[in-house]
Amino acid sequence: MKIRVNGSEMDVKATTIAELLQELEINPQRVVVEVNLEIVKRDKFNDYKIKEGDSIEIVNFVGGG
Amino acid sequence: MNDPLIIRGIEFKSRLWVGTGKYKSFEETARAIEASGTDVVTVAVRRVNIIDRSKENLLDYIDPKKYKILPNTAGCYTVEDALRYARLAREAGVSDMVKLEVIGDEKTLFPDVCGLLKATEILAKEGFIVFPYTNDDPVTAKRLVDAGAAAVMPLGAPIGSGLGIRNPYNIKIILETVNVPVIVDAGVGTASDVSQAMELGCDAVLVNTAIAGAKDPIMMAQALKHACIAGRLAYKAGRIPKKLYASASSPIEGMLT
Repeated sequence: MKIRVNGSEMDVKATTIAELLQELEINPQRVVVEVNLEIVKRDKFNDYKIKEGDSIEIVNFVGGG
Repeated sequence: MNDPLIIRGIEFKSRLWVGTGKYKSFEETARAIEASGTDVVTVAVRRVNIIDRSKENLLDYIDPKKYKILPNTAGCYTVEDALRYARLAREAGVSDMVKLEVIGDEKTLFPDVCGLLKATEILAKEGFIVFPYTNDDPVTAKRLVDAGAAAVMPLGAPIGSGLGIRNPYNIKIILETVNVPVIVDAGVGTASDVSQAMELGCDAVLVNTAIAGAKDPIMMAQALKHACIAGRLAYKAGRIPKKLYASASSPIEGMLT
């Protein structure tokens, strides 16, 4: 399925947020996920179904002042 | 010195707050934070690098149990963006605090005051503990408090400029105007700038570039730690009034004739 992750087009096998993070080898405990501008709670990662064309943002903390 | 700063029930042991940007490595970041003696560090919210996922995570080096994490909305030029970043940051679960930035100009990075007021009001209503980064303007500071700010963070000088506190009198007026803590944020270049802010009576100082950009960041972190304590002590001790003419320290009586 084709989705957009952090601004890049991707073709993924994942059908949920949890699977997507696994596919991208990202630790779910360290990130916040937004799908089409809506925040997805961490405890919903397993259930949240992603669909073709979704725009997903995966963010974390970096150094800043 | 047991002199904690308490904001909305949260106790801050150190009055020197530090940013985590611009360091050469996470290891250096961690060492500088440790040397500064702080218990508050600011962080930014950014996209995870999905190309190079081997990259280490900042939080591997900053223990959220030891430090209070203060996320910022740096880089946001609109109210909508600032709200989005603040909400994403809160979702990470480290705290409800946010250092709110709504920037109005790319060259000076001065705040967009109208946007800042609007975003402060919205986030305060959503239960955020809002620390707005603002101009050194007492009227704006008062408005921000009315909008629900938990503290105000007036700039000493433009971000990263190291120019020091350019308007100490404005900072003094802000201190007399608002009934929330005042934390000087931005513009600090060296130890004396930190001391000056604290001697003025500010409740804390936030620095990033002054440490990260120093030749020896670890040593500068130590310097700022001591400067912050010295400035606070001097403020509490109460400085002598400035006078135009001399007044002898030694007694006049008993002079040989």
